[in-house]
Amino acid sequence: MQDFGQAFSQAFALVAGGDPDFLQVVGLSLRVSLSAVALACAIGIPLGAALATLRFPGRGIISLFASAAMGLPPVVVGLALYMAFSRTGPLGPLGLLYTPKLMILAQTILVTPIVTALSQAAVTELVREYDETLRAMHASRFDRIGTLLWEGRPALLTVMLAGMGRAFAEVGAVMIVGGNINHVTRVMTTAIALETSRGELALALALGLVLLALSLTLNGAVMILRRPEPELAHGN
Amino acid sequence: MRLAALLSLVAAPALADNTIIVQSTTSTQNSGLYDYLLPLFSDATGITAHVVAVGTGQALKNAENCDGDVLLVHAKPAEEAFVAAGFGKARFDVMYNDFIIVGPEADPAHIAGGQDAVAALTAIAADQALFASRGDDSGTNKAELALWAAAGIDAQAASGTWYKELGAGMGETLNAAVGMGAYTISDRATWASFGNKGDFAVDVEGDPALFNQYGVIVVDQTHCPMVNHAGAVAFQDWLLSDAGQTAIAAFRIDGAQVFYPNAN
Repeated sequence: MQDFGQAFSQAFALVAGGDPDFLQVVGLSLRVSLSAVALACAIGIPLGAALATLRFPGRGIISLFASAAMGLPPVVVGLALYMAFSRTGPLGPLGLLYTPKLMILAQTILVTPIVTALSQAAVTELVREYDETLRAMHASRFDRIGTLLWEGRPALLTVMLAGMGRAFAEVGAVMIVGGNINHVTRVMTTAIALETSRGELALALALGLVLLALSLTLNGAVMILRRPEPELAHGN
Repeated sequence: MRLAALLSLVAAPALADNTIIVQSTTSTQNSGLYDYLLPLFSDATGITAHVVAVGTGQALKNAENCDGDVLLVHAKPAEEAFVAAGFGKARFDVMYNDFIIVGPEADPAHIAGGQDAVAALTAIAADQALFASRGDDSGTNKAELALWAAAGIDAQAASGTWYKELGAGMGETLNAAVGMGAYTISDRATWASFGNKGDFAVDVEGDPALFNQYGVIVVDQTHCPMVNHAGAVAFQDWLLSDAGQTAIAAFRIDGAQVFYPNAN
């Protein structure tokens, strides 16, 4: 279609113009998604490491669920949270519906399984490489996990990026639990959906390009963080 | 999950007293009416209105679940049923505009220039010309289904062939209609502000059957004790006041009036 070129120029205009409404939307997107990824990592990385290194009852089930939940449709998570947090729902009195906090919770639920399953896979790989050495050194179980996580930083950064990708791209859940309220719960993806529905396709695509640029920036920053010790990613 | 513990940390009181949640329709939001109206309302009353724009069916359902303080929607029979069920206090007319049938320049069913919506739909069905339906229980969808019923045509029996049920909002439906060259019914406000018209034009307008009434309903306080009742009443009263009605009449899209105030 004819709108592609226009989308690029509009994307530049948006970024260069510094319109406060636009910056607010970008800011909320970052706040919601980065908070969700941080929470998901706080839960998912220790859980994934435990699944990879410890033997405990229910381990297989948790592992299976984490893996399967990577495919959860965001709209289903949004719907379930809406039903729970609706004013007439069981958690309604908390007053979280149509707030950024519930959007963070929704994305945390979506990202945690990804972080858990991928951390488990990454740590399992590390166990193969390092566990014998650590056992020979008579390290305690928790020291072993700690060392494995530390040595696995590059792999875990990749895990984090995968989670961030899910959070940044997601629209179905935040649309339902946030309500896409202007100045309150409107984020990049819901703004793109809105502009699409208004037939402003070039502007919608421009917002998408800005989202892509944000993602590139974050990924680039993480890549630079990883650079000092690249050989750790492939130990053989 | 550990999320339950997390909840107690992030739990906060509901939105402050000087804000209300308006459950409303995509047509009013997409047209830019709220961007124009809400600052005026806020200046007059000190209340901030947060708009959740969904289809009328979903807006009514959300309000029934107490997830809004006040409704501004456009499906009079469904709104009256909402009030009769005890979910809302009373329903008041706020403003109106009209639905229009839009279609591609090629106009395969030869309906352009018509003023009779039922005749136009009959021609579309006879020709089996593509027709895009919202299919989402919205106010526009309800109005469209009533027109098919008036024409005595069971369009949904043809669903998936020439009759496409999209299950989407007005804007998405217009995008799809333009994309596949299908006729569709839109409210005038969404059409006027729509940016992706392609070669589409208004084919049928001016039929009294295409009348589109918007109404306001304050969610019932007995049914929903947690609503911001005072704020909702202030919103309703302002919309129905001279100031609100004048503001609605003054709203323009590309110089054209698209909402006509008609409060009693």
